[in-house]
Amino acid sequence: MAPSSQAAPLTLFEKLWRSHLVRPETADTPAVLYVDLHLVHEVTSPQAFDVLRGQRLQVRRPDRTIATMDHSTPTTPRQNGRFIITDAQCAAQLSQLETNCAEFGIELHPLGDDAQGIVHVIGPELGLTQPGTTIVCGDSHTATHGAFGALAFGVGTTEVGHVLATQCLLQRRAKTLEVRVDGRLGSGVTPKDVILAVIAKLGVGGGAGHILEYTGTAICSLSMEGRMTVCNMSIEAGARAGLIAPDDTTFNYLASRPRAPKRQAWDRAVSAWRRLPTDDGATYDSALAVDGTALEPMITWGTNPGMAIPIRAPVPGTADPAALRYMQLEAGKPVLGRAVDVVFIGSCTNGRLSDLQAAAAVLRGRRVATSVRTLVVPGSQAVKRAAEAEGLDRVFREAGAEWREPGCSMCIAMNGDTLRPGQYAVSTSNRNFEGRQGPGGRTFLASPFTAAAAAVRGFIVDPREML
Amino acid sequence: MEPFLKLTSRTVVLPAANIDTDQIIPARFLKTTDKLGLGKHAFAGWRYDEGGRPRSEFPLNASETAGARVLVAGENFGCGSSREHAPWALVDWGFRAVVSVAIADIFRANALKNGLLPVVVDSAMHRRLLAGPTTVTIDLESQTLTAYGESVPFAVDPFARRCLIDGVDELGFLLGQADAIARFEQEQT
Ligand code: SF4
Repeated sequence: MAPSSQAAPLTLFEKLWRSHLVRPETADTPAVLYVDLHLVHEVTSPQAFDVLRGQRLQVRRPDRTIATMDHSTPTTPRQNGRFIITDAQCAAQLSQLETNCAEFGIELHPLGDDAQGIVHVIGPELGLTQPGTTIVCGDSHTATHGAFGALAFGVGTTEVGHVLATQCLLQRRAKTLEVRVDGRLGSGVTPKDVILAVIAKLGVGGGAGHILEYTGTAICSLSMEGRMTVCNMSIEAGARAGLIAPDDTTFNYLASRPRAPKRQAWDRAVSAWRRLPTDDGATYDSALAVDGTALEPMITWGTNPGMAIPIRAPVPGTADPAALRYMQLEAGKPVLGRAVDVVFIGSCTNGRLSDLQAAAAVLRGRRVATSVRTLVVPGSQAVKRAAEAEGLDRVFREAGAEWREPGCSMCIAMNGDTLRPGQYAVSTSNRNFEGRQGPGGRTFLASPFTAAAAAVRGFIVDPREML
Repeated sequence: MEPFLKLTSRTVVLPAANIDTDQIIPARFLKTTDKLGLGKHAFAGWRYDEGGRPRSEFPLNASETAGARVLVAGENFGCGSSREHAPWALVDWGFRAVVSVAIADIFRANALKNGLLPVVVDSAMHRRLLAGPTTVTIDLESQTLTAYGESVPFAVDPFARRCLIDGVDELGFLLGQADAIARFEQEQT
């Protein structure tokens, strides 16, 4: 990459885009974009492997492909060290992934493996997610990896097949939108609250066709885990991806990771990564500014992630009637004080160690309300081990919460962890769509602080009262 | 993939905005390793009651929608997850086109790869189409949608359009880039 001082100023996205063009786009054909890392899971890949088999194709770069099991895995504690999979379809899907990975020579982290976990949690943990790379996965929350200054986005199963066969994708260049969050987040205000506020401002379709680049002092001061929470939900504003420029926080996070470059290769990598941030004078297609200092804990009231309000605010008077009917809420009244049945702490948005630490800070020495079922689901085996090393599992158990095996769990409710019709949940996941956490279930999205506070009280409260 | 040239059909109208892919095909139906057979689960949460019986008021259950190939939906259709099961379910039900004023990025890309044409029309035409079922003609060659005696243009990526008209997947084109890909990989290392 040319030193940016001499060339025309470029945004981070433009640098990532240009450095991965196998063939530039023309009026007639999209660009051919090279993919450095392809993450695979059991739900969106089987039909893609079938295409390869049908056309007698190989996986072009098994060394750039890595698979795990997460969406349909059981999270119930092991019995005698073994996982019990009760759903035959889930079992078939998981064993199909094993077969496919064995046949095509792909590294797989299956159920119970030390590195198994939610696909967007393990990539960074292993140090596979690196600045300056392109990363795709058959999953819309691939945007998570953008926290490292990687161009990372979700694709459908047909494109999973394209990447398996050619390590490339056909893409049209996206537009750029700078989301600048300056200021200092107040006590009890978390990265989850930042992104919920951003989505509420942009709307669920407001980022369509765009890559969001998060900038500003409030973003720079976030840990890598916080940055991942922010980038993770870019898709909930309709954006293709989210990006944060790599800096020392990024390099410190990666330095000791097993799959990060080592010794001279590391030094070379870091000096290349330092050239990635958006150049002075580079311009974005559009911009949004948010005052981080003014932000409060956020919670959703409706049936998409854009329907979010500060926790003490009333449901807007202009609220969508269909969403109100589904949620059985009234416009003009707050959600504060609403009784909840389930609290779910986990997912690729908020299932990392710092999220569990936040939840434990609220739950330590307290009991969850008897009316509330509380599930704590670590994002990966590594998160689970780290949490247990700190004794967080004991904090959760002593509070009366369930401490589970890692996986997507009630974020998508494919594995048997579901809400019952009519139940209310406060969830740290990313989607409150109708039925997302089980048919008829009603979801309030919030931070780990807010979720844990609701678990203790049995109803929605401002978590700042309990910190 | 069945080629797409020109289609005249009744419409099915779902006026809600922001219909997400969890509504189009709920996650509990993603345990399949197949593409086929998802049509009966399309919009399952809205289409069936708790006992699994069809709700008579839901448009997909009305007898007059049988054979309709065009879905008209509110803005930002297909937001949410990247599950290609969403277009698979719609195609399996019988749809060949989705019409809205805005269609989410990943859904649109997935739809194009499955012979399901995303048609983004202007808001005036969209409003008329949302009013109720009607007959429309969608011509991919001329990139026009005709309804109520009026034709409006719509945009499609020229490459995706070619693939749809010819009924071919984009994989062939990518496989044809093997030399360029190999060169790129060599320069990268
Ligand atoms: S945790 Fe939820 S959003 Fe994340 S990958 Fe799993 S199902 Fe998708």
